Amino acid sequence: MKNGAVIEQQRSKPVKQKKIRDIHHLPPIWNALSHVLIGLFSFSCVYPFLFVVVLSFTDEQTLAQNGYSIFPEKWSLEAYSYIFQTGDQLLRSYGVTIFITVVGTLVSIALVSLYAYAISRSYFHFRGFFSFIAFFTMLFGGGLVPSYIVTTQVLHLKDTIWALILPMSMGAFSILIMRTFFKTTVPDAVIESGKIDGASEFRVFFSLVLPVSLPGLATIGLFSALGYWNDWFNALLYIDNARLLPLQSLLMKVETNIQFILQNSTISNSTERSAIARSLPAETTRMAMVVLATAPIVFAYPFFQRYFVQGLTVGSVKE
Amino acid sequence: MAGLERWLKLVSRNKALLLMVLPGTVWFFFFSYLPMPGAIIAFKDYKFSRDGFLASIIQSEWLGFKNFEFLFKTEDAYIIVRNTLLYNSIFIILGTTLAVTVAIVIHEIANKKMAKIYQTGMFLPHFLSYVIVSYFVFSFLSVDKGVLNQLLQYFGAEPVYWYSETKYWPYILTIVNLWKGVGYGSVVYLAAIVGIDKSYFEAAMIDGASKWQQIRKITIPMIMPIIMIMFILAVGGIFRADFGLFYQVPRDTGALYPVTNVIDTFVYRGLKVTGNIGMSTAAGLYQAVVGLVLVLATNFIIRKINKEQALF
Repeated sequence: MKNGAVIEQQRSKPVKQKKIRDIHHLPPIWNALSHVLIGLFSFSCVYPFLFVVVLSFTDEQTLAQNGYSIFPEKWSLEAYSYIFQTGDQLLRSYGVTIFITVVGTLVSIALVSLYAYAISRSYFHFRGFFSFIAFFTMLFGGGLVPSYIVTTQVLHLKDTIWALILPMSMGAFSILIMRTFFKTTVPDAVIESGKIDGASEFRVFFSLVLPVSLPGLATIGLFSALGYWNDWFNALLYIDNARLLPLQSLLMKVETNIQFILQNSTISNSTERSAIARSLPAETTRMAMVVLATAPIVFAYPFFQRYFVQGLTVGSVKE
Repeated sequence: MAGLERWLKLVSRNKALLLMVLPGTVWFFFFSYLPMPGAIIAFKDYKFSRDGFLASIIQSEWLGFKNFEFLFKTEDAYIIVRNTLLYNSIFIILGTTLAVTVAIVIHEIANKKMAKIYQTGMFLPHFLSYVIVSYFVFSFLSVDKGVLNQLLQYFGAEPVYWYSETKYWPYILTIVNLWKGVGYGSVVYLAAIVGIDKSYFEAAMIDGASKWQQIRKITIPMIMPIIMIMFILAVGGIFRADFGLFYQVPRDTGALYPVTNVIDTFVYRGLKVTGNIGMSTAAGLYQAVVGLVLVLATNFIIRKINKEQALF
């Protein structure tokens, strides 16, 4: 405070000496340079999305002639109108993605918070053992092939919606974040006082611990939701049925075969269908689908970003 | 007998907490621990049996280290290990340097509102899947419509067939990796910088230190422990490649495999494309074991430097 006041005085005085350095600010040239460099990098991170949005509103013919351009000669809504006409598969995939995101996140929050709470209690006699069970998985795993065989031949999850939910519903990293969170925000003493009042461990957990742990739950819930929304790997491994294809996987399919979006279509008349397939604005429709799959994230993440930051900084601090 | 009784008593006294870890433990059993002994098929000629998983494993013939021998005789073994290690080394070195630089610069920017906006922009790539990123990259590299070839033609140069020329991909993959990760990577360092006691800088200012001197003599040394920890952790994971980056961004193009095939993509293709399950499991197990050794070794080094910072 004191120093700040001193600096204020120095600044307000018309200074004659050549160099009074202000610790809070860079020299103007360096400041400008910082803005330019960081600003450019930041812009380059957002630009591809803007570019794809523009492409999705470009006229298909124009795009075929001029290539991808940020200033298209002719705009068009054709791609979107096609998607809304024929987009049964897209709607289906949207539904799958929303379902696995919501259910998966809820399952994940339940599993992780219960597990993390138990191993955060110092009076839990088997704490060491169960902490080891969780954290050893960060160090070693059987690998992709044995996991695949267990999931398909022991759990029989191939081509079921659960193959998209269960493999991602737990993780040592989320447990680590939640355990740290419970340890720091809910000391044993609070739990003890709850117990003295006669509440059971579960009651204490649900009515005492969870309400004060909402920021922590939001953090792991958002990590989890983002993971589900963006997942294509599990679908690549386990899903062949087009009706269970999540959004990201649909985007992978249409990379090579845009007519895939006519799958599951309600248009049963085959001549009508092939006419649509022929006139489909392939390039712009692809881009429109990318926009529709990305837009929810682009608009939502600025509001949630602090929870991600929190998770990252908590996760990197041990106790 | 008395031991068992004592144990049962402990279980009953902890039964609520044990119930809480039960669902998670079941999950870990099926998704983490059952696959571990399952890795035994790296030493077998795995044949699927109708009688289920256990029967398949037991009935498959033992091969000893044959799968590993086959693996290391192929040229692929060398390529995938080389690619994984080289790419990850470059990513770690450049990624750390850039993330630290960005964190310092963002911290120095006086206009906090602008700094926040820049940071939000830089976060975006982290939140996008590699499928989306692959579309973004394609809009630049497409042979007939891409932005880069338009620019080349504008300057009178020949268009480049990006998806069939291996020589460009080490650069492309590095750029994409940094683009996606630097903004988010800088978060940890920025948090560390914000946590530095302000009186250091004030004392330095009174002594007439320039901003540049302050960064060199205070900021960087103060966040060095964090940099070291993050660096060593990354080295512990150097044997694990980012599957999405190496599979999606080159669009699984066969012509690019020499520079895009890494251990993870090799294992995946062995399982789902070429059907060479034994060799694929062997590669996965090799990766897991070396990975474990690396993490233990790096943790040992951290313990030597600073016990507090060690993971275990």
